[in-house]
Amino acid sequence: MRFAAYLLPWQFSPTTCALFALALMLYLRGWAVLRGESIHIGWARPSVFLLGLTLNYAVLQTHFDYLAQHMFWIHRLQHLILHHIGPTLLVLSAPVPVLRAGIPDPAWRVLSVRGVRVPLTRLWRALQHPFIAPVLFVGLIYFWLIPSVHFTAMLDQRRYLLMNWSMLIDGILFWWLMLAPREAQGASALGYGVRCIILTAVALPQIVLGAYIALTTQPLYSIYAVCGRAWAISPMLDQQLGGLLTWIPAAMMSAVGGIVVLHHVLAEDRQADAAQAPRAAQPSVGAPA
Amino acid sequence: MSARAARLAALAVLTGLLLCGCAQRQLGDHMTNIAGLVEPLRFHMTDQDGRPVSAADYRGEVVLLYFGYTHCLDACPTTLATLADAIARLGAQGQRVRVLFVTVDPRRDTVAVLKRYVNDFGPQFVGLRGTHAQLTRMIKRYRVSYHDEKPDASGAYEVDHSSAVFIFGRHGHARLLAQSGAPAAVLATDLRQLLASA
Repeated sequence: MRFAAYLLPWQFSPTTCALFALALMLYLRGWAVLRGESIHIGWARPSVFLLGLTLNYAVLQTHFDYLAQHMFWIHRLQHLILHHIGPTLLVLSAPVPVLRAGIPDPAWRVLSVRGVRVPLTRLWRALQHPFIAPVLFVGLIYFWLIPSVHFTAMLDQRRYLLMNWSMLIDGILFWWLMLAPREAQGASALGYGVRCIILTAVALPQIVLGAYIALTTQPLYSIYAVCGRAWAISPMLDQQLGGLLTWIPAAMMSAVGGIVVLHHVLAEDRQADAAQAPRAAQPSVGAPA
Repeated sequence: MSARAARLAALAVLTGLLLCGCAQRQLGDHMTNIAGLVEPLRFHMTDQDGRPVSAADYRGEVVLLYFGYTHCLDACPTTLATLADAIARLGAQGQRVRVLFVTVDPRRDTVAVLKRYVNDFGPQFVGLRGTHAQLTRMIKRYRVSYHDEKPDASGAYEVDHSSAVFIFGRHGHARLLAQSGAPAAVLATDLRQLLASA
């Protein structure tokens, strides 16, 4: 197979391609609009955003998807990207002002209509609830890894798409709640202390599940034997690698999240110090040298 | 019940339904109900007599679809022999059952080789050979995989492939998935039911 063929979708999904194209167009348009207003966002943020977008796209709509359908550990790697790494990159690029600038005015007016805005806001608030968000985050991982559910998700194209999209969307929602600076989250911003608790709380069940999968001595996911593996590998090794990917890097992302939160805390501290500095300096102004 | 409690209860019921709906519908150890999960039968290939055939040619028959290759040492002969056994148990009704054996090794499995191979299993067995594009379309549609192993010193090689038998009803809709190890008696019972249903 020629190299270019590996870049083509294994199973073309018009919805997936359309949504990625839309995100890319909104971002590029927003970037251009901001430049027009002489607002420069540098190169780092767009690079991180485009890297996140590309990674998510690559695991869904290239030959990688074939491997993910036919090898358990590649499937776990796919979800590590869709649910953890890809969304983290997207959120860290602080894309909201750019995307907001990219939305054409007529579309923004539609979004601002009460009948659209109110239910969307309610849904957003519910999904960003500090109890619901982590439960959903861990719940989705567990749900799609129930062996009988996993079996049908791998057999049915629509469920497979639903599974992957639920991971990506939930990943973006969760990591936005965890990693976006408080000022970007607006009125309902979540405190940094609560975020650290949530990050720890979601790591534990991922460790338990990953360890269970890696250390179980029987094959849990028969679908890969039924439909065939992408290359010759023992079913147990495939399962152990998949378990390790669920266990270690996934849980490590909580530590990465903690570092980002710490960074926000320090940045806020510095800002507060800078705001107080002039006042602190004042008494010394008139003081004799 | 307060509105909040009612909403929570509704959410719990909905989640429960979703959980049940997404789970595998296991029928015994080796059989899964795949109605609505797997695409209806559709393909274009060449049969063991060199004729171009499509799914439409097998409408009205219960179709068992299996991917394999004639040089296969154990999985394919075992599976095909079990299917032959199950069909034999159906008596005269067995004539309305068709096994489509799709080769994943078209390089070695020429039409002539396929014909000799499937004839050994009985008149209900059809060997199908596709171009690379036809075979790729089919393995994407049924979400199965195959790949050639490294050849040995004499150039002989094995092909890793799926083990599933997809079973379609008389209208070409996917009905059951038989995993390897499904006993002929169980298969015969399920095939009889499929032949009886519309």
